[in-house]
Amino acid sequence: MAEYEINARGLQCPGPIVKLFNQSKTAEPGDIIKIEVTDQGFKKDVMAWCKKTGCDLVELKEENNVISATIKKN
Amino acid sequence: MGESNKKTIIMFSGELDKAMAGLIIANGAAAMGDEVTMFFTFWGLNILRKPEKIKVKKNFLEGMFGWMMPRGAKKLGLSKMNFGGMGAVMMKKIMKDKNVNTLPELISSAQELGVKMVVCTMSMDVMGIKEEELMDGLEFAGVATYLGDADEARVNLFI
Repeated sequence: MAEYEINARGLQCPGPIVKLFNQSKTAEPGDIIKIEVTDQGFKKDVMAWCKKTGCDLVELKEENNVISATIKKN
Repeated sequence: MGESNKKTIIMFSGELDKAMAGLIIANGAAAMGDEVTMFFTFWGLNILRKPEKIKVKKNFLEGMFGWMMPRGAKKLGLSKMNFGGMGAVMMKKIMKDKNVNTLPELISSAQELGVKMVVCTMSMDVMGIKEEELMDGLEFAGVATYLGDADEARVNLFI
């Protein structure tokens, strides 16, 4: 199972979910995608994105205004 | 991936802020896995004009229209507080400082994500805009094409 890391720091909406989507297209089911984002709206957006695309939000944390999300593709 | 569905957006306005709103929604929807159709009509055509002057045959009125309307995504004004273009310049400066994608970036990102962009041929005819004056990757059709997509869509916006 592969693990991908995306640095989406500094990107504004909709940049982070566009990056996430593009990565998820190349990922296989079971793969893990980790993404770091500074856009504060992403906290809610990543939940909506996961729900819509059927991915699991494994972890969501925030440190020094950087939001890190770990997503598993199903 | 979850259930995929469709969204349609009518791009009627030719102002920077409205065009950005429409394109951010289109990019977001495509990034959620949806099929998106954008239907460009009336002033919305100006968003898709090539920035350079293209030599095409036009009558006097068409020529005047083409000359008075903004030529492409970089030339659009704001719908509020435009102040003869100064508002748009300031807005673009602020957005650049805050790392917001520019309108041309949003357009190419939408195209890369597979957003279907349909241009209203009646509007083209009325406003004297020729196919050669518009950017690549567009479809040319009428209201029936839009309605066909809108019937299958769960969200339909008029911007």
